Amino acid sequence: MQVDLRILRYDPERDAGPHWVSYSVEAEPTDRVLDLLHRVKYEVDGALTFRRSCGHGVCGSDAMLINGRNRLACRIRVEQLGRRRISVAPLPGLPVIKDLVVDMDGFFAKYRSVQPFLITDGPPPSRERRQSPEERARYDDTTKCILCAACTSSCPSFWAQPDYVGPAAIVQAHRFIFDSRDEGADERLEILADQDGVWRCRTIFNCTDACPRGIEITRAILEVSAAIVERHG
Amino acid sequence: MTQRYSRSGSIRPTRQGSERTIWYLMRVTGLALFVLSLSHFLILHVLYDPKDQTAAFIANVRWSSLFWRANDWLFLIVVIIHAVLGIRIVVGDYLKGAVRTAVMTAFYLLGLLLFTYGTIVVVTLPKPTG
Repeated sequence: MQVDLRILRYDPERDAGPHWVSYSVEAEPTDRVLDLLHRVKYEVDGALTFRRSCGHGVCGSDAMLINGRNRLACRIRVEQLGRRRISVAPLPGLPVIKDLVVDMDGFFAKYRSVQPFLITDGPPPSRERRQSPEERARYDDTTKCILCAACTSSCPSFWAQPDYVGPAAIVQAHRFIFDSRDEGADERLEILADQDGVWRCRTIFNCTDACPRGIEITRAILEVSAAIVERHG
Repeated sequence: MTQRYSRSGSIRPTRQGSERTIWYLMRVTGLALFVLSLSHFLILHVLYDPKDQTAAFIANVRWSSLFWRANDWLFLIVVIIHAVLGIRIVVGDYLKGAVRTAVMTAFYLLGLLLFTYGTIVVVTLPKPTG
């Protein structure tokens, strides 16, 4: 069948601003949006620019605004969208570099700011650090994050306050704060308690809706908020 | 292009301010409102007929007990805190700089005015007569 694929194109060297370009693409119902983008790039316009790496929902490179919702282009099929007119735009709230490619520097700076790595005191043990299944289950949900930025760029609080650390960074902090092997929770909670930290969350739930991994992000944010409040008594 | 993220290289945490306290206060007052506003609704619309509830009725019946005066005063305080802090969130999302400060100062003053006016009523409404 023929699909009307509309892409928000922008070439900073040629265009005054982003503009919609329509492509008529032959597609199977089981084709993914990523397949359609490939078809345009390979067969119509090689200048079309977008990120993708693994193409199977693991690397998180191809998050974009598809029919008004943040999704991974490699995880959404034409039949799932349910209509023949498909619009594709870059992630909202992030500066566009070209076409569907956005500047992720700020996003990753915020990710780094929460110290997303194991922090422990003393020398490493001679054997593995043990953990019970219950302790592992405590933060299981937030280990699924692939840093695709679908959550952060769907968050109206982030749109209004670009300095807000954002749901993705809080999810990554949550993964270590509630890890029984980690000893850096206090440090991370201190970081997330600053004025651009967890308090900017208004529980809008856009992040939870947008997450391609189905992480309960708003719950994770509120667990971190509660941990900060409890810590300070 | 990356200037929007001027803070990307800075060391966190930045200023903490009173965000934590305000966040907590919003939740505590929200919970309190769940109880107080529902009981308020119960009193005004279920337990007593709305058409009977004149100023004289309030002075003579409801506010003849110190408990109900205190309850309504608490309701007033909780509503004002929750409303002003809620507006602060909205204003903070849409306005910046001096405009934001000016608008918020106006809302803080309005809150203070409502609190003062309400408190005067709660304290000075005459005790039941005859």
